[in-house]
Parts: sequence; structure tokens; C-alpha cells
Amino acid sequence: MGSVATAPHAHAGHAHDAHHHHEESFVSKYIFSQDHKMISKQFLITAIIMAVVAVIMSLIFRLQLAWPGESFAFSSFFLGEKWAPNGVLDPNMYLGLVTIHGTIMVFFVLTGGLSGTFSNLLIPLQVGARDMASGFLNMLSYWFFFLSSVLMLASLYVEGGPASAGWTVYPPLSALPQSIPGSGAGMTLWLVSMAIFIASALLGGLNYVVTVLNLRTKGMKMTRMPLTIWAFFVTAVLGILSFPVLLSAALLLLMDRSLGTSFYLSEIHVAGEALDHVGGSPILFQHLFWFLGHPEVYIVLLPALGITSEVIATNARKPIFGYRAMIGSILAIGFLSFIVWGHHMFLTGMNPFLGSVFVFTTLLIAIPSAVKVFNYLTTLWRGNLVMSPAMLFSIGLVATFIAGGLTGIILADSALDINIHDTYFVVAHFHIVMGMSAIFGMFAGIYHWFPKMYGKMMNTKLGYAHFWLTFVAAFGVFFPMHFIGLAGAPRRYYSYTEFPMFNGVVDLNVLVTIFAILGALAQVLFLYNFFYSVFRGPKAVQNPWKGTTLEWTTPVEHIHGNWPGAIPTVHRWPYDYSKPGKGEDFVPQTVPLEHGEEEEHG
Amino acid sequence: MTKLLILLVLVLAILAVAQLARVYELTSKLRGKREEDISPADNRMNATLWWVFMVVYYAFFFWLMWAYGDKMLPVAASEHGVALDALLNFNWVILFIVFFITNTLLFWFAGKYAYRADRKAYYYAHNNKLELVWTVVPAAFLAVIIIFGLRTWQDITGPASPDALQVELYAKQFDWTARYPGEDGILGATDFRLINGDNPLGIVTKESIAKRLAELAADKAEIDSTLHHSILPDGKVDELHAQMAKIDRQAGRIVNLRTMMEQDIAEKGDASAYVHGADDVVIKEFHLPLRKEVNLLIRSRDVIHSAYIPHMRAQMNAVPGMTTTFKMVPTISTDSMRLVMKDEAFDFILLCNKICGASHYNMQMPLVVEDQGTYDAWYAEARKKPFQAPPMAAAPAPPAAAAPADSTAAPADSTAVPATATAALKP
Repeated sequence: MGSVATAPHAHAGHAHDAHHHHEESFVSKYIFSQDHKMISKQFLITAIIMAVVAVIMSLIFRLQLAWPGESFAFSSFFLGEKWAPNGVLDPNMYLGLVTIHGTIMVFFVLTGGLSGTFSNLLIPLQVGARDMASGFLNMLSYWFFFLSSVLMLASLYVEGGPASAGWTVYPPLSALPQSIPGSGAGMTLWLVSMAIFIASALLGGLNYVVTVLNLRTKGMKMTRMPLTIWAFFVTAVLGILSFPVLLSAALLLLMDRSLGTSFYLSEIHVAGEALDHVGGSPILFQHLFWFLGHPEVYIVLLPALGITSEVIATNARKPIFGYRAMIGSILAIGFLSFIVWGHHMFLTGMNPFLGSVFVFTTLLIAIPSAVKVFNYLTTLWRGNLVMSPAMLFSIGLVATFIAGGLTGIILADSALDINIHDTYFVVAHFHIVMGMSAIFGMFAGIYHWFPKMYGKMMNTKLGYAHFWLTFVAAFGVFFPMHFIGLAGAPRRYYSYTEFPMFNGVVDLNVLVTIFAILGALAQVLFLYNFFYSVFRGPKAVQNPWKGTTLEWTTPVEHIHGNWPGAIPTVHRWPYDYSKPGKGEDFVPQTVPLEHGEEEEHG
Repeated sequence: MTKLLILLVLVLAILAVAQLARVYELTSKLRGKREEDISPADNRMNATLWWVFMVVYYAFFFWLMWAYGDKMLPVAASEHGVALDALLNFNWVILFIVFFITNTLLFWFAGKYAYRADRKAYYYAHNNKLELVWTVVPAAFLAVIIIFGLRTWQDITGPASPDALQVELYAKQFDWTARYPGEDGILGATDFRLINGDNPLGIVTKESIAKRLAELAADKAEIDSTLHHSILPDGKVDELHAQMAKIDRQAGRIVNLRTMMEQDIAEKGDASAYVHGADDVVIKEFHLPLRKEVNLLIRSRDVIHSAYIPHMRAQMNAVPGMTTTFKMVPTISTDSMRLVMKDEAFDFILLCNKICGASHYNMQMPLVVEDQGTYDAWYAEARKKPFQAPPMAAAPAPPAAAAPADSTAAPADSTAVPATATAALKP
């Protein structure tokens, strides 16, 4: 059981097992571990717990949206009488739930969970390093993440409720406790939690960058790195450059809230009195927030695209098409993501010419994105597709990336944005392109590298059921939302009953909620499959998917330092699948080029 | 007790699934199957499912179009709205084509090339020509989209013509107020420190300044008398002193404002922004004349709101501390739209589209578009009515929904609003 896994709280029973294998103490092996593989598992388990919380939240507000004002035992079961009197969700708590659902999903699941899990697991294993550049900082990164998760969950229990100004926490709503109860202690905890989260993301990101640049094994040129590593690398750079800006935005907001400064506040008359604040601008916060916020979309998305590139190539038994173009598009997306933030702010009264510039840069991003889609399609073309659950999720990602990417072109057009800004169309767009794509990438990663993480196999049949139910539910939930949005229905509304003009589309809300429940139930299959397989799944072989990359040359049982002997040397690029003239349909990176064999460079 | 029962049922359900999985696992172990060996049957099943999914996906799409296509927003009721809808449809045509081509390729390949042991994948690592094509072609399409989009954007956001009707839309938690200029056709200056019960927008006039200063002096006197005539805990005393200091600061700034106003009027005379406020019409109704350009001046008292009129395809944020604008020309009157929609109760609606608090979901005001004559009559009537506002003590008005259901529960401050809003939902 030495390799069994393990959140700090889930393994009391295995403590003594651990002692047999290593001289390491229980604490240094499972809790304050500096081993990247263990830290990766810690990130994953924490993210799974956070995701469960966020999904339950979404179910509660979906019930309210489908059947407004009706009583649900489900709501009062989780929220109690205070926030769901007689089972009817309280309007303030509704805003609290959408806020924390968004925060958890974007930051704790799709940033911390996705990068934290897979950058940690795969960077050392795939570049051929014994561990991260700094195991200690890596450990700190996890524990900061853990602490911020605990604070975020704790904020649900404070008197006025959690932060409820939306996950973007725009001031003045987030700055003035008089304007909404959630802007009291709940908001303070939100900001403190995010500040600690940012510290975690920065510590992790610096480690990833340094490890990729300095600790590659002999022969692992940058142009021989798997696309996963390229994606994680660029993601880490984006995080390092953008998260500090969010930190400063959060600090200024904390000062406005508690020290009487006026960075974001001016000429406000609230709750019957004029405030002293003058001279600031709420729009400044939006600039700072979205300077992180837009790269954040790609911090979430790029790792998923990297993972699926790897999974699709492996399971198509075919090299990824256009390796260099894929790297180029990752770099282009990364660069462009820094100069598009204003497309979230077309209607804030900013100069229309500035808006035009952001329209231009934003639509430029569609080009590298299109290249990625076409390259995926060509990789599938004439492949020999092994339908592993990971492969299904990867193909699913391409489908959501197409559907969500196309609606992005509408939203990026400032003129069209006028009438769909902040409607359900936006909700549909970003859930499909960012939420679903990223979570599909994460699932693909979990199914694919589960054998590497836990030395066990997950159940394939349950994986199929999980994928197809999730895939159908994803479109069932988010596709109709486009129509709700095009009817003009705003997001973050507690109910639509006061607006006869939306009567035609409100029954779509029922459909959406039914699919949401189906989707949530499908995740129970996953949770069961995951935890059951961790403990009782069949033992994995060393290279179950017949992959070429270095992680499949390490032993199944985790050892500190990854390789028992010397670190292997790399001789070729990572995508020699079905290369003509080879007996097997894959050639690992460690196999030297034959005499006269040409190396493919994509 | 019910919670326990629910938990028990859940635990039993999980145990049942666990046993099923165990049985499955043992049988596959007996057959010597490994999880990573995807059987030909599984490959075929999933390949078929990709195709089935494609059909269902497209069917779902067309069903939504068929069932809900006519429930989207009706024809645009403004000049620029028509242009916007045309632009949107143009974009949809391009995007639908791309959508169907790429998805069909994706699902077709996913089904067609499912693994067969007797076949080897085609080793095809790159093709620069092909990659160039699918970089340049999307770029060309995007260039077209950008050019058309920006042209429309410039038309919509360009400056309003000088003779456009100026109307202010003023947002606060959780309602809208409109302000129309008086005979002079110009809206007067405002200052948030002058806001009180009869001056909800803080319009600057000599009278409003004098009145506000008197109010502040009265407030201060009251606190002063409390301090002198009651025995209070230290904390309370400090609090009252802080309040008095704040009143002094505010009064000081209002005095500055008065000086500025007097200087400005002395310099500019009738051109001063400070002389136009006295005859402004402040009203909780929103009427616009048909086919006349209107320049909406959008402001907020407290947090960010967004003035969104879906039928007009108009939207702009209301940001405290600044004035944003949106110009438009209504082209369909409320009455005509009622005929088009075959709905006697139809109204154009101004709604809030930026999260602003507990009653965000019900911050609305109907917009009436009518011919010039009817509008003029309404305006003349509106000018006679003094503004009717709730007393200042009940600062943020309860949400409109709350009013009919529970009008007695008008809250004393904004923190009490949630209770009212909840109450509104209960029959």
C-alpha cells in the first residue's frame, strides 16, 4: 500500500503500512511531503473535495432557477433554516452561492486542481528530473493552497454569509458592507483566502518554470518536450505575470474596505448617507482584475489542451499533427491573452476606440485557437483510435472547445456584446469553452495518468458511463443557455418571475436543471470509481497505454527520485507513434535513433 | 431524522454499486482481461456512440431553434438595433458553417477511425502548406468580422447629435429614476452630497444647497444635544463625535461647492451648468418620443448597475462617480409593439444587468415609446408633478416585488432588504 494515495485526512489506516517501506515518517511522507508525486495527489484530492462543494452549490441554485420560490429539502439540508427558510433559497445566499461556485471552480478546481495536480506530477516525470527544483517551495505551495481552501470554505459560515458580489467581486458592491450582507466578514475572508491562493500559485509557478528550464534530462531539448510540458510551462509563466496584479487589486480593495482609502470608490451615497470617499474609480479594479482574469482563462485552458494533445496522440497511435504549430499557438495564445482583458469591459464607459483595439486583439486569439482545432482534427484523421476513457474526454474537449470558441467570436465583437453582455449567453459561452473544456482535460488527465499516480487502474466501463453521461449533460445544461441569453435574460438573477418578457424561455431553465442533476449524478460514478480504484483497483503495469514519454519508464511503485538508476537519456521527440519501419506502433523517447533514421520535428 | 435516513439510503446505494463493480471486476479477472486493454467491442461501441451523439447533438440544436427561435427577442425597436441584428445574423451564418463542418469532421473521424488491430495509423506529422491554409483562412474570415463589427461599433458609440433629447437614467439599489431637462433643454449639475428625500439625484441649486446645509446643521445639533443630555458609554460618545466630524467635513465641502457655483455663475451666466437644475423633471417613469434621437446619461448612486433595454439593443453600465452615455433612436412605439407581439400587456423594459445586491433580479422600469404629441402631453403633465419620493429614512426603496405583497415591511436600511425580498416570494 506504499504507493496508495492520499489526502492528509484519508489514510489513518495506512499509516503503519508506510512505515514498513520507508524510513520516512508518516508526516513527511503523506502530510508535509516534498515529493512532487505526493504533492500532486494532495492537490488532486483537495480539488476534488472543493469541486464536490461547488457542484452541490450549483445544484441548489439551479433548483431555484428552475422552480423559483419552491421548497426543496435538498436546499435546506445543506443551507439550514437561515439561508433556505422552509427550503426556499434566500436571495442573498443565491448570490453567495453563485459567487463561491465561480470562485471555487475557476481558482481552486481548474487552476489549483488542474495545474497543481498535473504540472506537479508530469513536469519532473516527463522532462526527466528527480523532483521539482525546490521540493520545499512545492510543499509550501500545496499548504498555502490547502489553507486558502479552508478559509474559502470557512467564509460560508460567517454571520452575513459568504462573499456575494459575483466571482469578479467588483467594487463598490464588494467594498461596502452596507450594500450587501456578503460584503462583510465573508468578503474579507474571500480576499485573504485569495491572497494566500495567489502565493500558492506563484510558488508553484516559479517551481514549474525553473524545473522545465533547468532540470531537463540529457537530450530533452525544448523541441523534444511533450506538449503537456509546453502547456504547463506557458501556463506557469502566465500565472507568474498575472497573479501579482490580482494580488495588488485585492490588497487595494482590502485597504478601501478597512483603511478608508479610495482607490475604487468615489461619490457614493449608500444606505442613506454620503460616503467620504472621492477620487477613485471602480473601473480601475476591473482593469486590474481582468489583467489577471483573462490570462486566467488560459491558465485554466492551456493545461487541459496540453493534456489532451498528449492523450489524443497516444490513443490515436499517431503523432500529434503540427507539433511546432501547436507550440507556436500555445505561445501566441499566451502572449495575446495579456492584451485582451478589455473585452470584459466594453460597456463600462471606457473609450470606444480603446474598445476597438480590444476587439482586434481578442479576435486575433481565434487564429491560434483555430489552428489547434484543425491540428486535433488532422491528428484524429486516419488514426487508430483506442477508445480509452481518457481518449473520450479528450475528443469531448475538442467538441466543447469548438462550440464555446465560436460563441466567443460573437462576444468579442464589441457591437454585438452590447445586447448579450452579462446575459446567459455569456454564462453558456464560458462554461462550455472554459469550464467544460478544462474539466474534460482534467478528467482525461486523471484517467490517463491514474496508473502513474496510484499504481492502479480505474474501471473502464464506469469510465465510459461517466464520460457519456457527463458529455450529454454538459451540452444539455449549457447549450439551451445560449437561447435564454439571446432572449435577453440577465445572469445572476435570483428569479425571472417578475419579467413576463422571459416567460417564453423560462421552461428551458427546467430542462437545464434536469441535465445539471444528471451531470452531478454522473460525477458520483467518477468519485466511486476513483476512490474504489485507489484502494482496490487492479494493479497497473508500467506502461499501460503504450506511451513514448519518460513517465512510463519509471517503476509502478513510487520511489523518491523517480528512477531507480540513472535518469534516462532522450533521443527523439515524443510522438513516434506508428512510425513506418518500426515493429511496434510506438518508439519511446529513450530509444536511440537508428542509423540513418530521421528525427521528426513536427 | 430525515437527514439520517437520507444519508443511510445514500450509503446503501453506494454499497450496492460497490458490490456490482466488484462482481464485474471478478468476472473480468476470470476472463483474464486487463483494464487498459480496450476490447474491440468497446471500441466499436464508442465509435457508434460518437455518431449517435452527433445526430442527437444536431437534432437538439435544431429542436431548440424550432421550439425557441420565435421566443428570442422580437424585432429591434431602435435604429442601431436593426443594424446590430443584421450584424449578428451575418456572424451566425459564418459561425454555423464552421460549427457544422468542424463538428462533423470531429465526430466522423472519432467514429470512423476507431481502433482495429489489423490497421496501422497513418504517420503524418506535419504539412506546412496545410497549416498555412488554416491559419490564413480563419484570419481572413476574422478580418471581415472585425471590419463589419467595428464599423457598427463606431456608429453606435459615436457622439450624439447636439439636438438630441438628453435624458438621465439614475440607478440605485434597487430602482431607476429618470431626469428630463426643463424648458432650457439642459440637465443641471449634481452633487452626491446634496442627496436627500426631495432631491434624490442631488441636483445643485441655491435652494438645495441651503436646504442640505440646514439639514446637516440640524443633524449636528441633535447629536450635540444627545451628547450633552444623555449618559452614554465611551464607545458611543466617540461614535457620535466621529459623526459630528463627518457632518462638518460634508458641510465644508458643500460650502466649497456653493462658492464654486457662485463663481461659475458669475463668470458664465446662463452658460453655467449650475443654473439649469432648478427646472429639471425628476420622475419614476421613463417615456421617449418616437423617432427622435435620445442621449441617455447614465449614473449610479451606490454600486455599479447596468442600464439594459433588451428590445432596444441598448446597454451601458451605471458607474458611481462617472456619467456614461448611450445614444439611440427608438423606431417602434409601445403600442405598435403590442400589436406586433399580440400582447396588450407588453412593455419595453429597462432592467439592471450588473449584479448589485439582493434585489438585483427585480430592478426594472417600463419604457414607454410614444409619438411626439403624446410624449409632449406626458412631459407637460410630468413637469407639474413634484417628485414623489419615499422619506429619506427609508433610503433604498424596497424592491417593487415586495411592495404589493408586503408593503408594510419597508426596511429602515439596506441591510434589511433581504428579509423583504424573501417575503415577497412567499404567497
